[in-house]
Amino acid sequence: MKLAHDSHVRRETASQTAGPYVHIGLAPSQAGFDIFENNFGNVLVDEQTLGERIRIEGRVFDGIGSVVKDALIEIWQANAAGRYAHPGDRQPGKEIDPHFRGWGRACTDFESGVYTFETIKPGIVEGRNGRFMAPHINVWVVARGINIGLNTRLYFSDEAEANGKDAVLNVIEWVERRATLVAERQPGEGPAVYRFDIRLQGERETVFFDV
Amino acid sequence: MGRSPYPDAEFLMRDTTSHPPAYTPNYKTSVMRSPRLALISLQQSLSEVTAPVFRPEELGPLDNDLIMNAAKDGLPVGERIVVHGYVLDQLGKPVRNALVEVWQANASGRYRHKKDMYIGALDPNFGGCGRMLTDENGYYAYRTIKPGPYPWRNRVNDWRPAHIHYAISGDGWVQRLITQMYFEGDPLIATCPILGGTPSEEQLRSLIALQDTGAFVQLDSRAYRFDIVLRGQRATLFENAVQQTPADERLAAVADARAAVLKAAKAQTETRGGAR
Repeated sequence: MKLAHDSHVRRETASQTAGPYVHIGLAPSQAGFDIFENNFGNVLVDEQTLGERIRIEGRVFDGIGSVVKDALIEIWQANAAGRYAHPGDRQPGKEIDPHFRGWGRACTDFESGVYTFETIKPGIVEGRNGRFMAPHINVWVVARGINIGLNTRLYFSDEAEANGKDAVLNVIEWVERRATLVAERQPGEGPAVYRFDIRLQGERETVFFDV
Repeated sequence: MGRSPYPDAEFLMRDTTSHPPAYTPNYKTSVMRSPRLALISLQQSLSEVTAPVFRPEELGPLDNDLIMNAAKDGLPVGERIVVHGYVLDQLGKPVRNALVEVWQANASGRYRHKKDMYIGALDPNFGGCGRMLTDENGYYAYRTIKPGPYPWRNRVNDWRPAHIHYAISGDGWVQRLITQMYFEGDPLIATCPILGGTPSEEQLRSLIALQDTGAFVQLDSRAYRFDIVLRGQRATLFENAVQQTPADERLAAVADARAAVLKAAKAQTETRGGAR
């Protein structure tokens, strides 16, 4: 029901699924052709970007545990100092990194279903009302069968103490569900690799947010 | 006091009745790909009210011309159309510098995608994707070939209406939207299971581009008009000030103000009393 005082507020355009051929528009090389000079991709860093290099990889699963091979995932994150490359972010004492936009998109592979991002570990961003937020990456998932893009967050398994104080994780009243947002740091030498699987439905369903 | 480290505005709550629900069983793929648990609602922080900023020089000169951007040895086959409109927010404010990305099938209803096996012919001179940034009025325009309808495996004889897919990136992460635009008068609109998930007649109509005869290019192209509404951004009236002052100081300030008012009122009463 629309209330009288809302009458000047328009309705948001209705969402529709991205469909199975989302790659044509957002990642043409995955669709099988080359058209734009400059493509938006899954590498967020160049040689001069500040911060610890990390790799994120994972898969998306549907309600029967089958791998979703036609998903598109975007991420949005702060730089190593914890600042977003957007004029709305005016946190004091944090510089913008001219070599870091903080945004990227990746597709799940048609064969393996694996998606990857090459990025840096984000710094701490102040939360609402000065509350604490642990390092995190905002994640958005679209695909055939998903009528409206799903928002979630990726946190890091080696930030357990910070995660325990995080304002958003603590909003999730089912404590056991919080673990679905924590990417697992993989053992091994060299740059850190974090595994972040997304379960759309059913057992260990990933927490999705209405933001 | 300097500017608040926080943005001046937050976005209106998403009205879930404006969108299809996640689970729409007539669109069969949604059955296994829709969360069963409720979304968890968050108050917006910097993470949600900021978004990537795109620069004009990142796009190529033909990126918004689908008639020419993949043409090799001639023009693509099909109806030449211009699609244009405005990206506004819910309060009617233009969304400037928004990234609008579009993709579509060709005139046969065939996609240039390795997974599309439909018998409709590929067009060697048509790619099917384009992108642009809105100008200072929120305006965008591109040129293309009108896509054909195509069959898909849902029910055995389901056909998508002619449509163009849209992805829009606005000023805040919460404005991110993917949708589809349809064409006025297409009889397939009434039977499409994907469109059937749209919650109301009003919302369905807002996805239909209207033929815009005034914008036709004589002896060249027809035109369609399609406006997009993103989440509205509204100034936060009180909270920013609250965030800058510790609670005790705020209370002290209120108490001081109240004391000053009382003192003034008392003085006035006394003056009046004295005059009487």
